[in-house]
Amino acid sequence: MARKISMKQAINEALDLEMTRDPSVVVMGEDIVGGTGSPGEDDAWGGVLGVTKGLYAKHGDRLMDTPLSESAYVGAAIGAATCGLRPVAELMFIDFMGVCFDQIFNQAAKFRYMFGGKAETPVVIRAMVGAGFRAAAQHSQMLTPVFTHIPGVKVVCPSNAYDAKGLLIQSIRDNDPVIFCEHKNLYGLECDVPAESYAIPFGEANVLRDGGDVTIVSYGLTVHRAMEAAEALARDRVEAEVVDLRTLSPIDWDTIIDSVERTGRLVVVDEAHPRCSIASDVAAFVGQNAFGALKAGVQMVTAPHVPVPFSPVLEDLYIPNAPSIAEAARRTLSPTGTSPRSIAA
Amino acid sequence: MTDDLASQGPFPLSRDDLLKAYRIMRTIREFEERLHIDFAKGDIPGFVHLYAGEEASAAGIMMHLKDSDRIASTHRGHGHCIAKGVDVHEMMAEIYGRSTGACRGKGGSMHIADLSKGMMGANGILGAGAPLACGAALAAKVRGDGGVGISFVGDGASNQGTFLESLNLAAVWNLPAIFVVENNGYAESTSRNWAVAVDSYIDRASGFGLPGVTVDGTDFFAVYEAAGEIIRRAREGGGPALLECNMVRFFGHFEGDAQTYRAKGEVEAIRASRDCIRMFAERVIEAGVVSRAELEAIDKEATELIEDAVRSAKAAPLPGPADLLTDVYVSY
Repeated sequence: MARKISMKQAINEALDLEMTRDPSVVVMGEDIVGGTGSPGEDDAWGGVLGVTKGLYAKHGDRLMDTPLSESAYVGAAIGAATCGLRPVAELMFIDFMGVCFDQIFNQAAKFRYMFGGKAETPVVIRAMVGAGFRAAAQHSQMLTPVFTHIPGVKVVCPSNAYDAKGLLIQSIRDNDPVIFCEHKNLYGLECDVPAESYAIPFGEANVLRDGGDVTIVSYGLTVHRAMEAAEALARDRVEAEVVDLRTLSPIDWDTIIDSVERTGRLVVVDEAHPRCSIASDVAAFVGQNAFGALKAGVQMVTAPHVPVPFSPVLEDLYIPNAPSIAEAARRTLSPTGTSPRSIAA
Repeated sequence: MTDDLASQGPFPLSRDDLLKAYRIMRTIREFEERLHIDFAKGDIPGFVHLYAGEEASAAGIMMHLKDSDRIASTHRGHGHCIAKGVDVHEMMAEIYGRSTGACRGKGGSMHIADLSKGMMGANGILGAGAPLACGAALAAKVRGDGGVGISFVGDGASNQGTFLESLNLAAVWNLPAIFVVENNGYAESTSRNWAVAVDSYIDRASGFGLPGVTVDGTDFFAVYEAAGEIIRRAREGGGPALLECNMVRFFGHFEGDAQTYRAKGEVEAIRASRDCIRMFAERVIEAGVVSRAELEAIDKEATELIEDAVRSAKAAPLPGPADLLTDVYVSY
């Protein structure tokens, strides 16, 4: 039975269902109980934005507050994963990954290869990503490309509550390390979500809108901006196909190539910085594998090559918006099909 | 401990276990001395960090462990591997980069692992094993199986944030985790006395709320007894502890290290006066529990074992081109 719930509730539900189903699932992070050792333990915080609220009452000690020690507890989650648990570690903000990055890219990501295929590390590291929260440069980044670069980890970034639930359940059941990126500005967004358990396979993009004139590929928050842009374009009788990648590693190359071969035009939208981004990755892949189908140069709409600014007027300029996406799509339809060359483009 | 304990003399181990401990230490020594020679000949690619001189620590601790107990090792991991039961032939083949190696030739000396033996991996990142051992301890605690997770660090990595954070996490979560500082006096070339701001690791442990014990790491029996007490306590839910083993490094930081930072004659002196294997042998022979002939028989077997491991490693197949791309993910 489907009902409307928010992405935050969907994530909570996925954790609850998997903790109920599988006793080897443990969840740890700073403040995720949010009151261990405090007078209000029973009605505790449940995470800095309340995503894990209520789970402690149901699952007790399998939900663990941690000291403020990202290296230690993310590493412990990884170590425990090699010893038969299925830990979910919450890193609060992906920006904190810098503190514990070694445990992710030198340890979790490499065990399987480095040990000749004899290790499995079924760990999920959940973290908030993205700008728009007025949280400035160290709490707002979209660091997805940092992780897609690394063999051995998988990278997931849902755009809605339905996908978040199914992808998180898949992430917990998956036998490889998964970086699960939750856009903080999507937490409140509601959609129809079945109450029962379901898993969405990795590497399957979702075509949210069919169209024959231009393909717009994105993930996370900017999927919604791409949909707004597609509606604006439709008013001008330009039909855009919108592809939500959902998982970035693995990535669904087939759906991207199929779409571009039909439309001949591609706009890639990424909230990450432009250099070595998901956008540049997709652009390069299409350039290499579907060049013959392209009728115009590939357009990238990304955040600029600057840190995330604090002042709301600047931050709003920073995040890719629907008009800039629509404008990029129109450029692919113009005879020259080129874009202004600037790091702030 | 199969023997009648009354026959063991003054030791807390049975005769069989004394022989087993000696065999572990002698096998490590032979393994490392042979690598030292073969590396100099150019037979071995990459970095190799030798454990010779430190054998009593690995043996004294690992004698208390089962396969289900986990250890997270260091870049200087061969001794930990052998003491934890990793197959010596597979280890040697790994160091030679062969497809029959413990990691199919993809890890090398710094990444030998065998999870089935509870060996979570040597580690090229110093201090990185401490959080991982906390994870092993957490898994044992969640399962309630009485297992322990043991992290080894050198005196150098004892200054890493990961190590210090792990002491706190283990204390806060009351984990069955044990932190062994193998203090050989040098972080690569940098003196422990300069780089560690406290004189005693007991102070460092108590600063994080856990007990610390310092032993002469070249004295097998001192390590064995201290580790036994700490491990028993952890298994019973008593929480984490730190064990400092003061020890000596017979070789350089890595093979090829000219060791110009060491005093003239230092290595010769410690080999003469602080050889943990010789000290062990003298004590058990003097006590009349084990004969010299028995130990010499083990020496011979260890030499033959390593010779056979080298011979078979050199004859083993190299990885094929297809192996480059496998074992990255379980599924992708």
